[in-house]
Amino acid sequence: MRKSLLALAAGLLLAGSVSAASAADKLKVGFIYLGPVGDLGWTYQHEQARQALVKELGDKIETTFLENVPEGPDAERSIEQLVRAGNKLIFTTSFGYMDPTLKVAKKYPNVHFEHATGYKRNPNMSTYSAKWYQGRYIQGLIAAKMSKSGVLGYIGSFPIPEVVSGINATILAAQTINPNIKVKIIWANTWFDPGKEADAAKALIDQGADVIMQHTDSPAAMQIASERGKLAFGQDSEMIKFGPKTQLTSILDTWGPYYIARVKAELDGTWKSEDSWGGLDSHMFAMAPYTNMPDDVKKIAEDAQAAITAGKLHPFKCPVLGQDGKPVECKGGANLDDGQILGMNFYVKGIDDKLPGK
Amino acid sequence: MQLVLEKRAERSNTIALISPLIAIGLTIVTMVILFAILGKNPLLALQAYFIAPLTDSYSLQEIAVKATPLVMIAIGLSLCYLANAWNIGAEGQFLIGAVAGSWIAVKTQGTDAGAWVLPVMLVLAAAAGALYALIPAICKVKFGASEILTSLMLVYVADLFLDYLVRGPWRDPHGFNFPTTAEFDPVATVPLLIEGGRLHLGSIIALLVVAAVAILLGRTIKGFEIRVVGAAPRAARFGGFNSNQLIILTFAVSGALAGLAGIIEVAGPVGHLQPGISPGYGFTAIIVAFLGRLNPLGILIAGLFLALTFIGGEQAQIAMKIPLDVTKVFQGILLFYVLACDSLILYRFKLVFPNRQVARGTH
Repeated sequence: MRKSLLALAAGLLLAGSVSAASAADKLKVGFIYLGPVGDLGWTYQHEQARQALVKELGDKIETTFLENVPEGPDAERSIEQLVRAGNKLIFTTSFGYMDPTLKVAKKYPNVHFEHATGYKRNPNMSTYSAKWYQGRYIQGLIAAKMSKSGVLGYIGSFPIPEVVSGINATILAAQTINPNIKVKIIWANTWFDPGKEADAAKALIDQGADVIMQHTDSPAAMQIASERGKLAFGQDSEMIKFGPKTQLTSILDTWGPYYIARVKAELDGTWKSEDSWGGLDSHMFAMAPYTNMPDDVKKIAEDAQAAITAGKLHPFKCPVLGQDGKPVECKGGANLDDGQILGMNFYVKGIDDKLPGK
Repeated sequence: MQLVLEKRAERSNTIALISPLIAIGLTIVTMVILFAILGKNPLLALQAYFIAPLTDSYSLQEIAVKATPLVMIAIGLSLCYLANAWNIGAEGQFLIGAVAGSWIAVKTQGTDAGAWVLPVMLVLAAAAGALYALIPAICKVKFGASEILTSLMLVYVADLFLDYLVRGPWRDPHGFNFPTTAEFDPVATVPLLIEGGRLHLGSIIALLVVAAVAILLGRTIKGFEIRVVGAAPRAARFGGFNSNQLIILTFAVSGALAGLAGIIEVAGPVGHLQPGISPGYGFTAIIVAFLGRLNPLGILIAGLFLALTFIGGEQAQIAMKIPLDVTKVFQGILLFYVLACDSLILYRFKLVFPNRQVARGTH
């Protein structure tokens, strides 16, 4: 018995070293994940993209991920561990990794880094994100059509520009259908906390909201809306199974094409530090099927999606009125420019609330 | 035939020494089985966990960086626990220390403040941590409130206070509303010990703390008082030792050390104040304190060992694609065995045969 165990161990050791040798000449690509991979949500979508990447280029690359890496003092070490393990292209998939990624990038100029949703770059550190506000605009149209009470409920995560621009895009779209539409906003101050998200959804429904929108990760709000017979939008992932009669659509993060393109560039030696901010036209995100709505609403959504994809419709078309009713400076000619949206720090007219910290 | 636990006449000192080793041995055996079930090569996995991190200076530095806050907090907690004072809120004291020290860093940002900034930050952080720990201590002594509950609840207060500051008044004006302060100036940053590495002055401070507490406990009357009050409260009362005074003292010291650990973490590896600066250091340190048997040297070893499992777990994830959850299972199994083996200090296994059981019934 002991002998066979030893033989087994030796065999395993051998197998391990063989596979290590054959992997040596492949490009190593590393990923840092905020959460566990799980079944849905932010990290899950990055993992889906990694799997798509492996499917496409698996014979030329070897991928590794570190999951559940907190956005604190440990992040820098985790990123550096990937560098030291020989990874030449590293995707750090949450905003909070910005400074740690930059620190490691400066230390290892020959390794390339891709940081999601941040704004600091380096000659060997790119950033990438998606124009989710385009999807929010479509949701705003649907919400205004579907709401009977004329009150939308919005669960915010953090009052950062990405979330604020999402709220503004929603309400601007909704106002084109119902000029008197109201939105109630609750800041959960978390990206993922099913308990808090459920409480927020309950509070919003109690305040008269009948369509719930969220910028947080869990399906808790969808479940509450489903229990109470209201409607809701998913976030990051397909959430229809949590509300088959509830989900209108969901903004799906689809990083796969981007990851494949960047890894191909790395393999070709054409990788450059860039700032990629992709919209519906670039497939950086997608809309889940439009469900639980009449055909005319579905048509409005599909038309808007086509117009945005074709570049004919811009959610922040000038004039955009600030909360005080005065037009916001229009730096992009016909619409707000990317910088104004990326740094958005104001509510538009019609939002009866105060932006936290203002 | 039956296996029973029987109380020993006196505690076994031999077992007390070797029980951690038995625990580690049993953990390794269990992990080998687990790795085999998962289809991973057990030898390579153990190598990734325990050997690889010890073989290069980079990983050794990282182990020291990770262990620094754990050891510093655990040393303070051990004083409390020795004196029978149950400070569960080191996490909160850590955060308050970080906040108090950061106050100076934020206020002097962009000015030409000199080298005094960092020392003042450290002192202020320690003072704030101590004061924060005194709240539950005084409530305990004056009103008999459970210090376990009050110190624990103050963790959430500290957490929310920090949250408020970085979202409100201290938010980086150029940070797009993200909840963080700007990066601290160089004078407000804990200096690195090795160029290009991450090992910082805090690790030296942690070692000094270990030495100081070892002397306090081993060579001073105060240390003796602390141990007696905890081990034999009645004897301590007869000896005229004031246990209330010791609760205040040990809470203050452990709060100060947790606060110091907090600012060192923020002004060192992190570089700015943000939510989530502690991945639960204050709670993990409780485990470190007990793993180290409330002994300064033991705590140092336990802190380094726990840090090793973190670093090793990460390397196992990279090298062997072993999921992080396995590292957590591993840490849990280790604790389980340590506690289980500790029962052998006071108890021993005995085989009991049924016929003897009958005989025992007669006398």
